Amino acid sequence: MNITENFRIALRALAANKLRSALTMLGIIIGVASVVALMAIGAGATAGITAQVQGIGSNLIIVMPGRLQQGPNRGGMQPAALYYSDYEALAKTLKDVNGVAPSYETQATVVFETRTRSAGVIGITTKYAELRHYDIEQGRFPTPAEQQSGARVAVVGVNVVRDLFGGLNPLGRTIKLNGVPFTVIGVLEEQGSGGFGSADDYVMVPLETGYDKLFGASAVEGGKRKVSNIVISVKDETAVDSVMAQIERTLRRQHKLAPGDEADFLVLSQTQLLDTLSQITAILTAFLGAIAAISLLVGGIGIMNIMLVSVTERTKEIGLRKAVGAKRGAILLQFLVETLVLSLLGGLLGIALGVGIAAAVTATGVITASVTAPSVALAFGFAAAVGVLFGLYPAWRAAQLRPIEALRYE
Amino acid sequence: MIEIESVTKVYQMGETEVRALNGVDVHIGQGEMTAIMGPSGSGKSTLLAIIGCLDVPTSGGYRLDGENVESMSDDELADIRSRKIGFVFQQFNLLPRATALENVTMPLTYAGVSGKERRARAEEALRKVGLSDRMHHRPNELSGGQQQRVAIARALVNDPAILLADEPTGALDSKTGTEIIRLFQTLHRDYGQTVIYVTHDPFIARHTQRIIRLADGQVISDDRVAEPLEAGAPRPSELALSGSLVVL
Ligand SMILES: Nc1ncnc2c1ncn2[C@@H]1O[C@H](COP(=O)(O)OP(=O)(O)OP(=O)(O)O)[C@@H](O)[C@H]1O
Ligand SMILES: [Mg+2]
Repeated sequence: MNITENFRIALRALAANKLRSALTMLGIIIGVASVVALMAIGAGATAGITAQVQGIGSNLIIVMPGRLQQGPNRGGMQPAALYYSDYEALAKTLKDVNGVAPSYETQATVVFETRTRSAGVIGITTKYAELRHYDIEQGRFPTPAEQQSGARVAVVGVNVVRDLFGGLNPLGRTIKLNGVPFTVIGVLEEQGSGGFGSADDYVMVPLETGYDKLFGASAVEGGKRKVSNIVISVKDETAVDSVMAQIERTLRRQHKLAPGDEADFLVLSQTQLLDTLSQITAILTAFLGAIAAISLLVGGIGIMNIMLVSVTERTKEIGLRKAVGAKRGAILLQFLVETLVLSLLGGLLGIALGVGIAAAVTATGVITASVTAPSVALAFGFAAAVGVLFGLYPAWRAAQLRPIEALRYE
Repeated sequence: MIEIESVTKVYQMGETEVRALNGVDVHIGQGEMTAIMGPSGSGKSTLLAIIGCLDVPTSGGYRLDGENVESMSDDELADIRSRKIGFVFQQFNLLPRATALENVTMPLTYAGVSGKERRARAEEALRKVGLSDRMHHRPNELSGGQQQRVAIARALVNDPAILLADEPTGALDSKTGTEIIRLFQTLHRDYGQTVIYVTHDPFIARHTQRIIRLADGQVISDDRVAEPLEAGAPRPSELALSGSLVVL
């Protein structure tokens, strides 16, 4: 008996019991689809976050306020702050750098005529935009004069434009940020759905203007202006470490920290950011992986159930086939082909479904889910293994029986 | 040539053992037509299964055409079944979801018969049992007698030298039963097939040349039938009812 013959027998057996075949396949489909889709979402989120960090550039250093600090002379927990004066000190002392620039970030309600949304507002300087590689798609950035004079002008991200202007040309129109009118003079080039909080969702205003008219009292502490972060662009990548050391020294002096004190600020290079983020995304991926593993398991149990439920019927069938002259090998081959067809077909449908779910998630624009080959291979391999194992095991046991025993099996 | 020698078959049922066969000696020559009789539980089905290589004896010897069957491997037994034996089960044992034709074709796929020849031979076997017009029916679309005939066609399709049947007429009315016996007699006479069937019916048994009686797993008698009946001969009781009682 040749292999095509075997295929024909197997297909006929599958067609003869459509419900059983469909249910078995369903288990495989669900398991495979969930693994493929979840892993794609995990991989997409990881890639998005990583790309965003990499977009910063490998010669960029970001200084941020440190974590909550508990100091004996400060009285309880409070966030450490970074000040405009820190920026000035860095700008004055740092060597081997292309530039130093501060920004201040807050949330504001943005209103255009009848439409309202909330958005992040960043007070920036021209230098900051340059160092962060923010480019203008339409219009322009504030001029130095506008920056110094505290002009109420704003550059908006594409998502903000879409939500507020709905097709209108935003240039020259007036929006209100927390009630303060600003004139839109530019639209930021789209950054892409890089993940969480891309500049597409921000409104940018001159830093000076922000302090004067928008940020209010919370941007000032003890008479000093606070900044959210300071970016430093290093001339040469190899100098990143030495510049970081300079920053550390300068800021410790600025913040009057004793040699043993823990720093109340963070100095991060792209490499460090990537390290930190990869820990986060590893947790995310592991979490999604765990969910996927559970659905695979559930799918596997489904397959097992169907296979075991039909064992009596199949045992009799095997007894009969043996009685009319089938050798053990022929029986096992038939069942192997049967389960392989089921597993492969279910696996392929599962992959298709998983890819479809990933595409649907991507279409929502939150995350660009990217289906990865290892997840497909893993899911497929597992489903096929479960299908074949639980399909073949009862057949193998029945094939060991003498025909008369198998025929009498209850 | 079937040579069964001091064969026993013991079933272990927990503590107790059931001796289904207890030292059976039977020789059946090629081309013989034989009936096996005996009360229920006497071991008829067990003996037939051993003759048909569907089961192996607990002890004793079985030689088929000079080959020692009791020492054969599972696959060798399958080969013997495929080449030499056609078996008709008491409960038909048809594949419920396959058509009559597919059921009859099945043994041929395992016997290495080519696809084209298979269909022709399966149709021929169904024609022999008079089911040419029911080839594409599934078992649940057939009467009990028709299912029995599909099972017989399946047993015949490999042209086995030995045809074994466990109560082939048990579930049938006397007319259909007569048809089955006529078929067996034809196969025996025209093709020289060895036919062995189990029956409870002495009248059906008398259509063979030889009647082996079992009781409690042992052979209690083994008689030649002086004048085997022809299929279609009237039953003695029918003669009695018709009022023309004749000494047979
Ligand atoms: N698989 C088994 N396990 C245990 N005991 C069995 C098994 N098969 C048969 N027996 C026992 O062996 C004995 C002979 O059984 P067998 O089926 O050969 O009887 P039989 O003569 O064919 O009866 P019947 O005319 O009712 O079909 C019986 O007592 C039966 O209970
Ligand atoms: Mg019986």
